[in-house]
Order: sequence, then structure tokens, then C-alpha cells
Amino acid sequence: MVSSSSNTLHTAYDSKIEGNVIITRVDAAINWMRKNSLWPMPMGLACCAIELMATASSRFDISRFGMEVMRFSPRQADVLIVSGTVTYKMALAVKRVWDQMPEPKWCIAMGACASSGGMYRSYAVLQGIDKLIPVDVYISGCPPRPEALIEGLMKLQSKIEGEHSTMDQKRTFIDEVA
Amino acid sequence: MSALADVTTLREAFGEKIWETLEFRGEHTVRVDLDALHAVLKKCKDDLGYEMILDISSIDHFGDDPRFEMAYEIASLDDSKHLRIKAKVSEDEAVPTATDLWLGADWHEREVWDMMGIPFVGHPNMKRILMWEGYPYFPLRKDFPLAGRPTDMPDVAFTGVAPLEGGPFVTSAGGEDVARREPRAQVVK
Repeated sequence: MVSSSSNTLHTAYDSKIEGNVIITRVDAAINWMRKNSLWPMPMGLACCAIELMATASSRFDISRFGMEVMRFSPRQADVLIVSGTVTYKMALAVKRVWDQMPEPKWCIAMGACASSGGMYRSYAVLQGIDKLIPVDVYISGCPPRPEALIEGLMKLQSKIEGEHSTMDQKRTFIDEVA
Repeated sequence: MSALADVTTLREAFGEKIWETLEFRGEHTVRVDLDALHAVLKKCKDDLGYEMILDISSIDHFGDDPRFEMAYEIASLDDSKHLRIKAKVSEDEAVPTATDLWLGADWHEREVWDMMGIPFVGHPNMKRILMWEGYPYFPLRKDFPLAGRPTDMPDVAFTGVAPLEGGPFVTSAGGEDVARREPRAQVVK
């Protein structure tokens, strides 16, 4: 039976699913899913890694924000947390890990060393991981306390909230067609 | 036996080859000729009971000849005696390895080679330990700048020059007082 158009509006209303439907933008839905299941890739290189481990443990408990699934395979991770001093010997290995992570991906430079080389103005230390990898969030501290890392992750969440991935895709598509 | 007695024993055994012996706050140092270095170390290990190598390090007396100096810290386990053996090495000389006496000398000697560029003869695995193979400099030498030098080995590693901007940790030797040696160490008024 084909209903008339005026009826369609009413039949779409179903008491069984009413209340379970939320109307939103696709971008907002995607961002909501992405930001609440950030899977970090811990790149523990120095003492910041100890604070990173503390952040994941029961006292600070980042699973409250859906970020607790630390993956040691870059192919399963969303966020690279560079926690510690990046030496030149390690630099290309970190870059390689970043290159293996699938899009969408984000990077957090945790602590002074990962952000700028920190106190190591030296022949052996890369002066900030942003010389190799685009960084989304820098966290100050030497090392930062777990609260600071959590705030950094929450800042990253609010950054993800503001992304327009499908809109950008559409715009690129239209540009390419035109 | 104490370290002091051992110093006397070494003096008697090696005579002219021992340049000088020093004592500073109960620590004994024996400075020997490079030719006799291995024989001295062997005597310390076999006859005098120094069964442990604590550290092997090197000093760069930049501008002097011979330029480098090796320093061996050896100890015994039973009565905790401690002795330091030093030997001068010039730039074109190689040092006989101590790995045949103490296995623990292996990594120490590799570090000396990596950081200071002093080669060892008879070492079983003479390659860099901290920097990568192919890195062209020896970073602990006095004529190597603190900020580093740019290098590039594709797919292995690269290095750059660190921005120093007058400090921290920059001291210029020969200044009259601390404020002149370290420009940023100013007295706050």
C-alpha cells in the first residue's frame, strides 16, 4: 500500500522508536564518536612515560573519558602521545610509528622535551617533535602531572568537536569536479 | 693489602713505566706509560685482586700533546679497595683492550670509542654504542660544539644544531668570575 505524502509524515512517527532518535549533523555524530573513543599510542621515551602510566592507572583513570585503550600497535591507535625526550637516534622511529597510524590521527607532545627539546640543548636531542610530526596539543611540564595530560586530552577532544570532516570532504570534491 | 701497598708493589714491578702516583683523600691514582698499561692492568687483576672494573673513561686535554688520557677505575670485592689507573694517549695511538681481563670492559670501551674516538686494539666488537654507525663526529671531544653539527644519513638518523642563545649551560672558559663565564648567571639585585 502506498500512502499519500501527508500520511507519510505521520507514519514516520512510531511510538516504539520515539525517544531513541536524535537528529544531528553527520559531522557532529562523527566527532562525537571519535572524541569519546580516543585510542592512544603511548610513545614512552623518558620520565614523562611514568606520568603517562599513572594517568592510565586507577587513581586518575582516563577510562572516564573513553581514552584508556592504550594500543601498542600504531595501526590500531588514534592519538600518538609522545611522552619524553626524542633523541635523534629515536626520531625516525617515532616518525615511522606516526606514518603507520591510520587517519584520522592526532598527536600530543607531552612535556618540555617532546615540545621543544626541553633542557636538552644538545647534539643528541631533536628540538621538538613538531619538526617531524604535526602536533595538535602541547603539554607543558617536566614532567606534566597526570591532571595536565588529562587536560591535554580533553583539549584534544574539544578540538575534535570542532572538526568538519564530511564538510571538508564535500568541499574538496566540489573543487575537484569544478 | 691496601691500595697504598698495591701502589708500592706496582712501582717496584714496573719502575720507569710508572710516571707518578697520586693520593687525594684516600684515593690512589697511578699514571702509567701507555706501553705498560695492559701489563699493569693485568697485574692488578691477576696478582693484586682487583676483580672488578667499575668504569673506563677518557679525558680530552685539548691543546696538549698527548691529547687524550684513559682512566680505569678498578676495585676488589672482598676488601673494597679502589685504584685508578691513568695513561696518556696521543691522537694517532690506539689503546690495548681490557676485555681480555674484565668482560665488563666491553661496553665501556665502546663508549670511549663512540664519544671520544679513541680506538682499541683487540676489542671483540669495536663499534659505536650510543650514536649510530656512520655518525661522523665524536661528540665528547672539546672541539665539538655543544649545539652539535648537522648530519644526515637517509633512513637511519639525522642531527641538527640546537639553539643555545647564550645559555643555559653555556660557559666560556677563562673568564675571571662566574658572571663572565656564564652570561646568564647574573646576580639578582
